[in-house]
Order: sequence, then C-alpha cells, then structure tokens
Amino acid sequence: MDMKRDYYEDIQLFQSGVVLAWTVALLLVLFTIPLYTPNYYVYLLNIIMVHVILAVGLNILVGSTGQISLGHAGFFAIGAYGTVLLMTLLQIPFVFAILIAAFIAAFFGFILGLPALRLEGPYLAIVSMGFGLTIMHIIGGVDAFGGRMGIKAPPLDLGIKQLGISWILKTDFQKYYLILIMTIIMVVGARNILKTRVGRSFVAIKDSDIAAEVIGVNLTIYKTLAFAVSAFYAGIAGGLFGFVLGFFDPFTFNMILSIIFLVMVVVGGLGTILGGILGATLITYLQYDLLKNIAEIPYFGALMVAVSKQWFTMVGLENISSMAIGLIMIGIIIFEPLGMFGVWIRMKKYWMTWPF
Amino acid sequence: MDHFRVENLSISFGGLKAVNNISFGVEKNSIFSIIGPNGSGKTTIYNMISGIYKPDSGRILCDGEELVGLSPDRIARKGVARTFQNIELFSNATVMDNLLLGRHIHMKTGVFSGAFLWGRGSRAAREEIRNREIVEKIIDFLDLQSVRNNYVASLPYGKRKLVELGRALALEPKILLLDEPSAGMNTEEKEDLNIWIKDIQADYRVTILLIEHDMNMIMGISDRILAMNQGEKIIEGTAKEVQSHPEVIRAYLGEEHGC
Ligand SMILES: Nc1ncnc2c1ncn2[C@@H]1O[C@H](COP(=O)(O)OP(=O)(O)O)[C@@H](O)[C@H]1O
Ligand SMILES: [Mg+2]
Repeated sequence: MDMKRDYYEDIQLFQSGVVLAWTVALLLVLFTIPLYTPNYYVYLLNIIMVHVILAVGLNILVGSTGQISLGHAGFFAIGAYGTVLLMTLLQIPFVFAILIAAFIAAFFGFILGLPALRLEGPYLAIVSMGFGLTIMHIIGGVDAFGGRMGIKAPPLDLGIKQLGISWILKTDFQKYYLILIMTIIMVVGARNILKTRVGRSFVAIKDSDIAAEVIGVNLTIYKTLAFAVSAFYAGIAGGLFGFVLGFFDPFTFNMILSIIFLVMVVVGGLGTILGGILGATLITYLQYDLLKNIAEIPYFGALMVAVSKQWFTMVGLENISSMAIGLIMIGIIIFEPLGMFGVWIRMKKYWMTWPF
Repeated sequence: MDHFRVENLSISFGGLKAVNNISFGVEKNSIFSIIGPNGSGKTTIYNMISGIYKPDSGRILCDGEELVGLSPDRIARKGVARTFQNIELFSNATVMDNLLLGRHIHMKTGVFSGAFLWGRGSRAAREEIRNREIVEKIIDFLDLQSVRNNYVASLPYGKRKLVELGRALALEPKILLLDEPSAGMNTEEKEDLNIWIKDIQADYRVTILLIEHDMNMIMGISDRILAMNQGEKIIEGTAKEVQSHPEVIRAYLGEEHGC
C-alpha cells in the first residue's frame, strides 16, 4: 500500500489542473485588458500593479515576520529617484538602473532593520516613519535630485543605448505590459520565497523568537533580511512608478502614502500573497477612481462634495477617500481580521458546498 | 573524555542562586536524567546549555568544544536541540512547516534561490523534496500522519508536545534536551513516549538529557540520574544509587511515598 507521494506537488505553482486552467484564463484577461479599456484605466491599472508589487513585499515584512513599517514610501522613493537618476546622470540603461536602485533600497532596508532588532510595535513604527520622512526631506534638499521642484523621468528605454539597441515604451498601453510582466515575476517570486526556507523562517520569527533561535534561525540575519527583501520590492515598484507618473517630486512619497501602503496590507490580509494583491487593488481603486465617480452620482455626489467642503478642507473629496479608507480599515479589523483574503476563503467554501 | 560535559555551572537571578556549581558528564548515546522539585534549577540548566541564558561561571563542552558564549542559533548548529517545558511551537504554521523548520540548519535555500523555484529541477525544489522525505519519516515515527497539514494552534496538548519533539529530531542533533516531555499526557501517551525515547536513543544515535517528574519512567530508562534541590546537586549516579540516597527520598521521592 506504500504509495510514494510526490512531494514536489506541494510546492509547485499549479497544484491541480483546475488551478492551472484558472491561471491561464486570468492571464488571458490580464494580457488583453488594455485592448478594450480606455486609456485612463490602463494608467490606473499600471498604478495598481505597481502598488501590488509594493504591497506583496510589505506583506512579507508586516504579515510574515510581524515587523511594522511606516516608512515604505521612503523605499518607494529610493526606487523611483534611484532609477531615474542612474539613467539621467550615469547613463545606465533602465533594466540595470531599476535593479541597482532596488538593491540600494534593499540596503537601506537592511539599515532600518538594525534598530528593528531592538524595537517593537509602536517604537518601530515611529522609527520607520522617521526614516520615510528623512528620505523625503533629503531628496527635497538636493538640487541635483530635482529638489522640491521634482524630476522628470527620461524615456523608458528597454534597450541598451551603448550597444545601439533601443526599445522605447511611450504609451501607458506599452508600459502596461512591462509592468504586468514585472508584477507576475515579483509576485511568483514572493510566493516562492514564502514556500521555502527563508519564508518559513520569517513566519517562525513572528511566532516565537526563542523557538526560532534554538532551531538555528539567526534572528539578526532574518529580521534584517525581511526588511531588505521588502525594501527591494518597494524599490522595484518605485522604479516602475516613476515612469507611470512621468514626473514626480518628494511630496509624491509623503507619509500618508506609507500609511496607505500599510492599510493595503491590513485590508487585503496579513501574511498572504493574495492579501497584498487584493488590498493594493481595492485601496488604489478607491483612492484614484471612486472619488471621481462619487462626485458624478446625481444629487448624492453634489451633497458629498458640499459636506466635505463645509466640514473639512476646500479640497473637498479627498477627505472622503481618507474617511472611506479609514472606515474600511476599522471594519476589517473588527469584522474580518483576515482581511479580504478571509472573505475570499469564505466565498470559496460557499461555492464549493453550493447549493447545499 | 565525556561526550558532553558541564563543569561548575552557576547562575543567579538577583540574589537567588538558581544553579549553583553543577557539574556532570554524559556518555555518548546514553540517557541522562535530571530530577528535582519545581524551582530546583533544571530548566535553567537547559537554558544555559542552549544559549538562552549566559552562565555566571562554568563551562559547557560538547565533544570538547565550548558552548558558553555562543548564540542559541550557533549552539543549534553545533548539534544541540531541545523541547520546552511550556511548548514553544510556531503556532501559525502547520505541523509540516514546523518540522521543516527543524531542518533549517541542514538547508541552504536563500532569498534568491528560493525566489527562483522554477520547476522540479531547481535547486530549491530539490532541497525541499529531499528534506520533506526526512520529515515524513519523523511523521511516521511519531504517528503524526493525521495532523500533518493542521495548524499547530488547533492541536491538543499531547500532540503539540510530539510535534515539538519531532521538530527537535528534525535537527538530527547530537544532544537532545527534553524538558518534561510527558507533562500533561495520559498514561497511554506516556507509555508511547517511553518507547519513543528508547527508539530515538537507538535509531537516531543521539545523546538524551531528560527532565522528568514521572519516577517510573525515569528509573526505567535513565543510564544515569542527577538529583538536584534548590540549585544544588544532591547526588549523581545510577537509578539505584539515586533512589537510595536519603536526601533524595526526603526532598523528592518522599512526597510520593506518602500517598
Ligand atoms: N529568567 C529568570 N529570572 C528570574 N528568575 C528565574 C529565571 N529563570 C529561572 N528563575 C528562577 O530560577 C529557579 C529555578 O527555575 P527552573 O530552572 O525553572 O526550575 P525547574 O525547571 O527545576 O522547575 C526558580 O526559582 C526560578 O524562579
Ligand atoms: Mg522546569
């Protein structure tokens, strides 16, 4: 009766034919969306995917190892500025520039991870917040970085100028495919990291420092490594983001953004890949699009704008987005601590037992 | 020279001498038990061996190599594994992941090789598969098949103790420190445990240090026994010698004789 089980099945990407079929279907949709979608939405999807990369990376830190960061906008900025500056000042091709920038971000992640060895919870939140603000102010203070006026991204050339190869992506439509492929690589990479030795050690640290140590996990290495990996993801995301925007300034990477990133992870579901994807998608959509649509709802839209202007700032609608995001966050924490991931799991269960 | 040796080990907390000048030697592949009333310093000795506490003085030698001063993860790599009196498992992970974590020091996959788990032939995949096989043997050995994919938090106490034992075995240690493994188990589970410990000694060729309150178990399986009270050594010897020592009878066995 001894059935030799194939242990590879448990770690392979497509654990059944059904999963494979759904994945192919999803990829088909993802690769054809821009063909029948207005340009504004392609632009929005680009931002969503950039945020997905960042949220998946942040979730490795916050969800898996249980360390908090309110400074990820800083790594995001390092990725964006690093990539653009390496290209414009040093003539390094984009493909290498974004990788180098991400490694620089990872290095800063490692540095921020050092105080994290001794700090927890609110203290770490404050230190990381300070890090994010510092990055923003340093960049704003250097004229070569564009200072407070901001900086313009050069043409996005996938080729290598020095070899005479040039392949410039001009439109949002073209950039969509680059970002989509990067997102897939980064997400699958994160999933693989979590399925193997390093990811398991991250989870171990979150659950029990002591037990992790006595089985041979070096806390210093793995806690700082989690910061570095997560900062690397933010760096790649930032490198892409610079080209989605085309122009950015230090305030693009303000503290509110760091908080929003954290909200994405909490709302989506801590510690799972799908959580990062769902959270980034929902929150980015709310932030960028829902507002506009609310204002366009007859009567109600005008009322909301009026209320917002009356009671908050003249900017009006932006407050509603913050409030909506805040309410969602509170709702999730109270009703569904597993986040959207938890909702998804329950839906799946429901459909699998349907109609009984 | 002894395989494993503790020399003049002492530590105090505030004014309290939790462990006072304890020395003992353990032969390779033997079972060495530590007994004593609660608070006599048994767990503290383990905490010093595994590097969680740094002794005030004394030495801990494994095959002649000094362990004092090394960090817990370095000590694990030297071949020391342990369980905890109050179970320290990774409760948000499955039994399988807990056991695979026990393989940590024998694996190499890092961030990049892990991220590039593309296909069966990749280095990360091959390493996973190889270590899964080793872990599956432990699962069979400890009868954990039915809970293989359960989250540890959902398991009953007795099973969790076994998972922790399994995780320690997964390290393939030279020295295995068990801290009250039978606590909270029923008679039947205790009997199984007794057999398992003997099998571990035989099959895994490991040296076992055992802290236990169950006198039947202790007297049955120990090669040598150290009896302590309030951080001090009372006597060290064979089951017979320890059992007949008047102070042991008074300090420890006395209560049991009473009822
Ligand atoms: N970290 C610590 N801080 C203060 N006192 C401790 C600490 N660890 C152990 N002790 C004390 O040392 C003594 C021995 O404890 P322990 O080794 O746990 O006893 P045993 O395992 O034999 O029951 C106890 O009095 C305990 O309170
Ligand atoms: Mg104890």
